[in-house]
Amino acid sequence: MNDLRELYEEVILDHNRNPRNYPRKPDDATNSAHGFNPLCGDEFFVHLTVVGGVIKDAGFEGAGCAISTASASLMTEALIGKPLAEVEALFQQVHALLTDEAQVGNPEEFLGKLTVLTGVKEYPMRVKCATLAWHTMRAALHEKSSTVTTE
Amino acid sequence: MSHPASAPDDPYDVERVRRDFPILHQQVNGHPLVYLDNGATSQKPRCVIDAISDYYLRDNSNVHRGVHTLAARATEAFESARTRAQEFLRAQDSKEIVFVRGTSEAINLVARGYAVPQLKAGDEVLITEMEHHSNIVPWQMICQETGALLRVLPIDEQGELSLDQLDDLMHAKTRVLALTHVSNALGTVNPLAQIIRKARDKGIVTIVDGAQAAPHMRIDVQKLGCDFYAFSGHKVYGPTGIGVLYGRMPLLREMQPYQGGGEMIRKVSFDETTYADPPYKFEAGTPNIAGAVGLAAALDYVDELGLERIARHELTLLKYATAAVEKVAGIRIIGRAREKAGILTFIIDGVHAHDVGTIMDHQGIAIRAGHHCAMPVMKKFGVAATTRASFGLYNTHQEVDALVSGLHEVREIMGT
Repeated sequence: MNDLRELYEEVILDHNRNPRNYPRKPDDATNSAHGFNPLCGDEFFVHLTVVGGVIKDAGFEGAGCAISTASASLMTEALIGKPLAEVEALFQQVHALLTDEAQVGNPEEFLGKLTVLTGVKEYPMRVKCATLAWHTMRAALHEKSSTVTTE
Repeated sequence: MSHPASAPDDPYDVERVRRDFPILHQQVNGHPLVYLDNGATSQKPRCVIDAISDYYLRDNSNVHRGVHTLAARATEAFESARTRAQEFLRAQDSKEIVFVRGTSEAINLVARGYAVPQLKAGDEVLITEMEHHSNIVPWQMICQETGALLRVLPIDEQGELSLDQLDDLMHAKTRVLALTHVSNALGTVNPLAQIIRKARDKGIVTIVDGAQAAPHMRIDVQKLGCDFYAFSGHKVYGPTGIGVLYGRMPLLREMQPYQGGGEMIRKVSFDETTYADPPYKFEAGTPNIAGAVGLAAALDYVDELGLERIARHELTLLKYATAAVEKVAGIRIIGRAREKAGILTFIIDGVHAHDVGTIMDHQGIAIRAGHHCAMPVMKKFGVAATTRASFGLYNTHQEVDALVSGLHEVREIMGT
């Protein structure tokens, strides 16, 4: 049996209790999107300030479970200061981490603190919780739709 | 044939009942399975599984056509399941029983087939704030089409219907009242007879969503006086994909079919088709024969065990669980109606229901976490999601104890 502590890792619990950049919409936000999981009702708004090809600021609002909240919180931390050119690679790395696809290189190196999400892949029912904020962020950047759902 | 665990006068022997359900005897994540998600679907006794299997092993054929022996057996099995459903609901005539896929399909059938031809712009359809999405969305859809208005009877803080507003909401423009017998999210048992009497006095057609009531209480559609009543087989220990719509015969005669095909016709030419009589005009195509056979076995099973005794057992569990769960620090119970069926819904301070669900599952405990397809109820109580334990005829006091110790584990893990 998996240890629940691998899912509810200390960093995840901390980010759930005290989410970073939450609830916050930067005054100068340039990109926003709404993410919704119709199966459970988890709902987030992700806001980004993109200046000169770099994410200068990020924040999120809404409500969800510990996994989705911590994932969103960790994501905003990881995004701030990141050039757009690296964001898609980061998204793919996180996606691979959560869905057990082959990793390119050393995940620790790419993902740093985000590797605490590793435990989620043992819980297939919860993977969508962890990816919600990430899909929302991607929609905000690509502006293809103002709302994304997990379904 | 099913074997009742005990005769009606014996004390309820839950351990014997449990032996009838093979699925219950397994380990999940290293713990004995504690199945407390009966509101979503119930487990099946061996007699139901055997009835379906026997049907396919011995009698399988199509119904109402063909003159061979198997066709006759299949038809006989299917039609006696209809009679069984009629007895279960205390309906007057087996022709008032329409087989459908489940409660959702039954409500959609009434909305399309009965309500749409009746509704004009400005007419009103009345539902309640505690409805499952399946008793909201079909009415919204047909209101959009017909220009009718959807009105909602609110619930109070206890999770009971605000009956004092009923008179204001039922008036000359009200055509249909659609309401649930038992709330899936709150457990509230509604005072149906009283509400339906009022509706009938005002000429309002009533349809009752009985999905959560059928497993827990004796239903008598004639005493209730409703025009339509629907329930799903799988929540009453029968198979999925089969359900029942009861309709009073005069209304079924008026009602339009919503699917055309074989089985539902009397005569077809390229100029014109005449429909069969109810219930067949609503049963286009080959029906779920094995499902009906399984449903009949399930109804036999609960009737032999005795719905009154089942209800007593479940209410004892509910009372025991309510008292025990309430004692866990940081828990708020949602739904405090005076009359409830075996459903206990709650939230834990600072812990999302999905995290509760995962940590419970880790201990082999199956509960429901989410919005229970009743988003308006969640909104009313200011929560996005809740945790629900729903009890069935095979649940035990020890399982309630497991639930409570599971909740302590949740608080421990989440550090609240």
